Amino acid sequence: MNKDIVIRTRGLTRYFGAKPAVYDLNLEVPRGCVFAYLGRNGSGKTTTIRMLLGLLQPTRGEGAILGYDIRALPPEARARIGYLTEDHQLYGWMTVRECGAFQSQFYPQWKEKLFQGILGHFGLKPEARVKDLSRGERAGLCLALTLAPEPELLILDDPAVGLDPVARRLLMESMVQLTRRSDRTIFFSSHQLADVERVADYVAVLDHSVLRACCSLETFRNGVQQVHVRFKGAPPPLPKIPGLLQVFRKADELRLICVRYDGATEQALRALSPTEIEQAPLSLEDAFISYLGDRGEKSLIFSEPEAQP
Amino acid sequence: MNWNIAISTGSDTPIYKQITDQVRLAAAIGKLAMGDQLPSVRALAEELVVNPNTVARAYTDLAREGLIESRAGRGVFLIRKRRVFTREEGWRRLEPLIDGVIGEAMAMDFTREGLQDAFEKKIRHWKPEPEPKSKA
Repeated sequence: MNKDIVIRTRGLTRYFGAKPAVYDLNLEVPRGCVFAYLGRNGSGKTTTIRMLLGLLQPTRGEGAILGYDIRALPPEARARIGYLTEDHQLYGWMTVRECGAFQSQFYPQWKEKLFQGILGHFGLKPEARVKDLSRGERAGLCLALTLAPEPELLILDDPAVGLDPVARRLLMESMVQLTRRSDRTIFFSSHQLADVERVADYVAVLDHSVLRACCSLETFRNGVQQVHVRFKGAPPPLPKIPGLLQVFRKADELRLICVRYDGATEQALRALSPTEIEQAPLSLEDAFISYLGDRGEKSLIFSEPEAQP
Repeated sequence: MNWNIAISTGSDTPIYKQITDQVRLAAAIGKLAMGDQLPSVRALAEELVVNPNTVARAYTDLAREGLIESRAGRGVFLIRKRRVFTREEGWRRLEPLIDGVIGEAMAMDFTREGLQDAFEKKIRHWKPEPEPKSKA
């Protein structure tokens, strides 16, 4: 029962003026997993991460990271957390080497060899000035600075942004490598569903400041189903179907995308006397797009905080 | 062993299932023989750049089917496939695949005879699994 949770929030909320950026967030991230934090731009992902790290005060609610209250993170807790910011903040006047020397002071367990190795992968010269680096090189440097201490908890805010496909694959390889130590946890936000599909154990989906899914990747995939319902002639008008996200109407067929397709959904469809009902697989990207689309029910949440990776 | 698993993201098929499908196919057509060693969970995860839990999940499924066996300290090996599905269940799984092939073939204007010939040829090509040396 006493599962080791490295990030836990209860009712975490942050307003900017009258507008909530994150609303009533309940999140649990088990130790040792790779956790993908998803949502459209402006859905509140970065605000969440900034609150988790104590960089932004919550309006209400609470949170704990590695067992510490997020409102009072001591330096020894921060030294166990690696944080990659979205905007790759660096001092322009420093050289790459100086960045490493500076960062290493905050992390007693800094691994210089690992730092050099990642720099090498990105083709970064230690004597180069930060202000002369390209966007991709800055991203590579930030990644090296974040990974070099082999932090117990890695929080990456959209790490793939600005990376070319080769660099992105390097990032993925680094993340898979990090899972060698089973006590290491990675929490990352992303728009790259291919990356999420590769590395994530869990996904959480934030939609307009509200958490709408928090479950294993597999549960999410199984939870969003595509169903083809065929008829002799033109399909009848569709009654209210529980969990309906999208409908495509064809000459003699309805294609539905539903959340939690189950006996009740099938019964509702059978009542239309179709000739055939067939479930069809859906890619993660299509599932995600349907789930966050403008249409369909909005109140559905998958939640299984006690699940094992 | 001249055989590799390749996965693609963005597919309708989850990655763990791409792995199980490919191992099953390789075993069925003889690209993997009984006793062949498969990469460890960790090695395959790093090679494919996927979460090790995904590979572990695939291997668990294959082990449950009796296709592979994990031997402590030695690795993962292909073993003789026992029949784990009843005939009925097997047919339930096979039928949609056959329907798919026939549907595609009809859509491309293959004749019934052409399709039957192609099936025959493929079946003749198919390499049966080698028999175990000793009857278990």
